[in-house]
Amino acid sequence: MTASVEIENLSISFGTVKVLPSVSFSVAPGECFGLVGESGSGKSTVLRCVSMLTDFWSGTVRIGGKDVRSLPLAERCRLLQMVFQDPYGSLHPRQSVRTVLAEPLRIHGLGDREARMRQALVDVGLPVDFLDRFPHQLSGGQRQRVAIARALILEPAVLLLDEPTSALDVSVQAEILNLLARLREMRGFTYIMVTHDLAVVDHMCDRFAVMQSGEVTEILPRSAIAGNGATHPYARELIGASLEYEGQR
Amino acid sequence: MQDAILDVKNLSIRYNGASEDAVRGVSFTLGRERLGIVGESGSGKSTVGRALLRLLPGARVTADRLRFEDVDLLDLSEREMLKVRGRRMSMILQDPKFSLNPIQRVGAQVAETYLRHFPANKAEARAKTLEMLAAVRIRDPERVHDLYPHEISGGMGQRVMIAMMLLADPDLVIADEPTSALDVTVRLQVLNILDGLVRDRGIGLIMISHDLNLVRNFCDRVLIMYAGRVVETLDARDMDAAEHPYTRGLLAAQPRIGGTRGPLAVLDRRPEWKEGSTP
Repeated sequence: MTASVEIENLSISFGTVKVLPSVSFSVAPGECFGLVGESGSGKSTVLRCVSMLTDFWSGTVRIGGKDVRSLPLAERCRLLQMVFQDPYGSLHPRQSVRTVLAEPLRIHGLGDREARMRQALVDVGLPVDFLDRFPHQLSGGQRQRVAIARALILEPAVLLLDEPTSALDVSVQAEILNLLARLREMRGFTYIMVTHDLAVVDHMCDRFAVMQSGEVTEILPRSAIAGNGATHPYARELIGASLEYEGQR
Repeated sequence: MQDAILDVKNLSIRYNGASEDAVRGVSFTLGRERLGIVGESGSGKSTVGRALLRLLPGARVTADRLRFEDVDLLDLSEREMLKVRGRRMSMILQDPKFSLNPIQRVGAQVAETYLRHFPANKAEARAKTLEMLAAVRIRDPERVHDLYPHEISGGMGQRVMIAMMLLADPDLVIADEPTSALDVTVRLQVLNILDGLVRDRGIGLIMISHDLNLVRNFCDRVLIMYAGRVVETLDARDMDAAEHPYTRGLLAAQPRIGGTRGPLAVLDRRPEWKEGSTP
């Protein structure tokens, strides 16, 4: 199953501070869309609004043509899931992998739990006997695989990825990016991926939006990175700095 | 090496209660140059930096030689170490949010370095501080001097840290992931400031980082560490000619702008990398 994401005039304030004045973009079914920008530019807030983790926003967000606001909770969870930045913080330290993966299945009344949990671990490249491990018995990369397995187990169409590899070493990042690319190929997931690393965007995404102070300054195709094809000054600066940092000036 | 600031031979470190050494048999010398130490988390790179400043209470540090200029760091008393730490050798830490005191104005924190190590009154220390804040390209030093850490950005915080660490004019600066908490646009700015000051003053720099791009562009020489050992030493410009499979694996795992988008190479860790020398 695959679904589009359409965001129109998404806006939110925290107290008197307008964090997102008005964000609009749409992501095609099966596309990998990147969100980049400096810290505090509102990238993660967009994901939190789309997933309704933060719900006091205004505007419209449609997933597969359906308004997320009017979707019942259970249906929303079956449609979209999120993977967080820090696998050391996003898994409950006292819950085994089995407990983590069984909970969504129980809530959604899905049968055949053992087989589904095993399949989820196989899908993320972990041995099935890891079901009885606790987070402290796993490395950072293995934890992130468990977090991805948790997101996959309800077979969603859209995955929201909030800096899924920035807490990991480059060698482990490679494993997780390969896994995400393989899953998208297999299942046709739609990804929205927040990152601060344009090399990751270039590797994974089809298009990306550059954000600054809560606004989308420019939406660019992946091909705009290598030659710095941006027109907005901030987007140009960001791409320029990334190229220089890689020594590709 | 001529004019070596630092001479380390066969350094091993074991944390209190650990069953294995965190650092094993590390040797290197450092002149007035920029040396990068790279490796993954847990490879022992930060532990080496901390051992040089003797910031590992309780850990067992052994070495055949651990010489910094004219002093032997192994048998210096803590009282004598106080005259070295911050004055002749200093450390820039990763995140200014955690390394600056949140309830003290930044100017006072920078001035403390000067007051601690030189016979000066407050007015002299303040003048020196303002001068140093200007040297790290803070546009309005008078204003920034009186701000608290939460009132300044991450990039400015890190420049304040650099000012603090260079104020006493040390001969060696250890920078432990100095820019990994910063945005890429700010990162280059901070690195260029640090690089300029280190070169102008002829300071030896040890740059500890997990980021191969950073050490490639901002260091002269690079040590690559794996599981507590140095597996390879390279000139930074010869990075692509690395021979050790671990170094090559790290380079290949890094996604690059304009890359093929094929699956990234994944490290196949070999037990023999932990022991012995080159493959």
